[in-house]
Amino acid sequence: MRFQLLGVNHKTAPVEVRERLAIPESRLPEACKRLAEHPSVAEGMIVSTCNRVEFIANMRNGTGDLREFIREFFEVDLAQFESHLYEFREDEAIRHVFRVAASLDSMVVGEPQILGQVKEAYATARAVGAVRSQLDQLLTRAFAVAKRVRNETAVGSSSVSIASVAVELAEKIFGTLNGKSVYLVGAGKMCELAARHLLAHGAASLFVANRTYDRAIRLAQKFDGQAIEFSRLFDTCDRADIVITSTGSPHFIFKPEHGEKLMALRKNKPMFFIDIAVPRDVDPAMNKIDGLFVYDIDDLQQAVTSHVADRKKEADKAEAIVNGEVDKFHARLQTLDVVPTIVSLQEHLEIIRQAEIDRVRGRLGTMTTDQELAVEALTRGIVNKIMHTPISTLKTAARDPESTTVIDLVRRLFNLHREDEEKEIATLRSGRAPTPQASPQSSSPTISQKTSDEEGRN
Amino acid sequence: MMTLFWLRVALVCYAVGLLYALVALTRASEILSKVALHASYLGMVFHLVSLTEAVVQTGQLASASVHNAESLLAFLIMVCFMIAYLVYKTTTPGIVIFPLVFLLTFVAASGQQPLVFSSVAAKHGWLAVHILMIFTGYAALFLSFGASILYLLQERALKSKSASGMFSRLPALQVIDDIGYKSLMLGFPFMTLGLIAGSVVAETTYGRIDYLDPKILLSVLMWAVYLLMVFTRLNAGWRGRRAALLASAAFATAIVAWIANYFSGMHRFIAS
Repeated sequence: MRFQLLGVNHKTAPVEVRERLAIPESRLPEACKRLAEHPSVAEGMIVSTCNRVEFIANMRNGTGDLREFIREFFEVDLAQFESHLYEFREDEAIRHVFRVAASLDSMVVGEPQILGQVKEAYATARAVGAVRSQLDQLLTRAFAVAKRVRNETAVGSSSVSIASVAVELAEKIFGTLNGKSVYLVGAGKMCELAARHLLAHGAASLFVANRTYDRAIRLAQKFDGQAIEFSRLFDTCDRADIVITSTGSPHFIFKPEHGEKLMALRKNKPMFFIDIAVPRDVDPAMNKIDGLFVYDIDDLQQAVTSHVADRKKEADKAEAIVNGEVDKFHARLQTLDVVPTIVSLQEHLEIIRQAEIDRVRGRLGTMTTDQELAVEALTRGIVNKIMHTPISTLKTAARDPESTTVIDLVRRLFNLHREDEEKEIATLRSGRAPTPQASPQSSSPTISQKTSDEEGRN
Repeated sequence: MMTLFWLRVALVCYAVGLLYALVALTRASEILSKVALHASYLGMVFHLVSLTEAVVQTGQLASASVHNAESLLAFLIMVCFMIAYLVYKTTTPGIVIFPLVFLLTFVAASGQQPLVFSSVAAKHGWLAVHILMIFTGYAALFLSFGASILYLLQERALKSKSASGMFSRLPALQVIDDIGYKSLMLGFPFMTLGLIAGSVVAETTYGRIDYLDPKILLSVLMWAVYLLMVFTRLNAGWRGRRAALLASAAFATAIVAWIANYFSGMHRFIAS
């Protein structure tokens, strides 16, 4: 495992830098392929969104640096970006991938899009064969971690962009948005975004009034709505339950006297004004009228902020989950490491050897010490000769990203159990276990003895 | 008396509901809300047992309901609350309902002196109709009143733009409004029919109706306020502050009319 992660995100780099490193979707497969083909890289993938560009790789050796690839791929002098780059290795890289997938590193913590984006990046890299074994496991685990965070914490239970806060408030007023109508005054981008959210949550009809009638028509068509000439605004807007204003008007468009009239026309049915224009389009005095609720951009922003504060606690919970998962994943990769497999393979055969000697000892009768040693040497010799090739193959495999497949295969062939693995990790951690270079002879008899005892009990 | 015993068991159950109402004012608790709900179910069962036993004991629906007026009213309010819960999946009206139910049950359970009333009136089927109808009307009115209080709270929270504390857990404004509106509309026919049945009882019992009797006057006044509420709601869509004011007025007259029981010569059904 030699994970390396290099990237820029919304926190470390301004958009001018991020766009220089961003890779358009169309070029992503090619980029992944080239990343994986880079001499120092075993596997690699690239996450490129509007808020982040990250290169994640499983390196062939400890000396490789992803910067080489970036320099070659973009043909840029990386020095100018150096202050914006962040780099993580091993456990830190694992943690970062988990955090990104769980949306803990997002601009809006908990927003759900990032998980989809990471999944897409993974699928792209996988499709071109750039992600195969360990990186594959890392990402698969990251998706599971993201799911855990979503299920076990309230992070992302309600997202916090302005548009979704508007939806939440509307639901607080109207209960369900089913069948409610939305009236856009002005055809700005934010207006459109809020309308999209409201419609996605069940709002039934849409009206658009704009000073430039053409734009009203265009926006209305997008949502299957109805365009209305600006001069008819006050004759028609009593039909709307939710009014979103975003015009460039320097004065208030909606004043309290309009509000009174609207309430009379609507038989006091509540009405929600979302004013995202600066300067404002709706007189805040309208909020005082019964049944009218007026929120301007600052009110919405404030609602967003109070959400963020609530979420801090949940985010802490999520971080704890991520930390636990990093440890677990680390341990899992260790079990897949080649050392424990060699050790348990040796132990397995040693048990067989011992058992066979015990079985025939009775028939051999009393043996001299020399004879005992000869039998010992004979059996050991056979075992070692047979073991030689598989063990060297395993050692070579350890340097290859496909190693997990080979290791799995060996484990399955010799029926090496996970229990053993876990015990071995423990011994490995305590530092008493043999190194990969250890020869079969050096495997300590106490370990084999313990194992055979346990086998006997089973 | 077993009736009283079961009623007291029910009272204990409602006390849990009351606790919920008090705690809910400061902070929400999912568990407590569930416990309160189950305690209320249980309380209603005991309550029903108590009421049934009262009917069996006296053998007459009418006299049983007069004896257990507060108890019956509390039960009917709980029924309304439960219907609202089943439809809207919210227990928040309980904040207003539970204290009221507890109070009524408490009054009933602390043991009341049986009213003596003429056998003529008691045998009258109209009396039972009168009591059941009026009480259902009362219960609906109380629920509507509770809803309009919640509406005011929620409206204020939304307008002040500080959706925090208990307000963030109130149901949506329109849902509260719907509860208030539906219970108002449902209660009105009951109240009207109840009053008609009452006047039939009075006429057949006394041969005439004393329109200056405080009970009669207040009952008619309450009905008028109720009518006004329905009217403004249907025509002008009054809700929120104005509806809450009207509901409070109706509620107040209802209470005064209730108290008037003790001053009304006519309503005591005393054999003269």
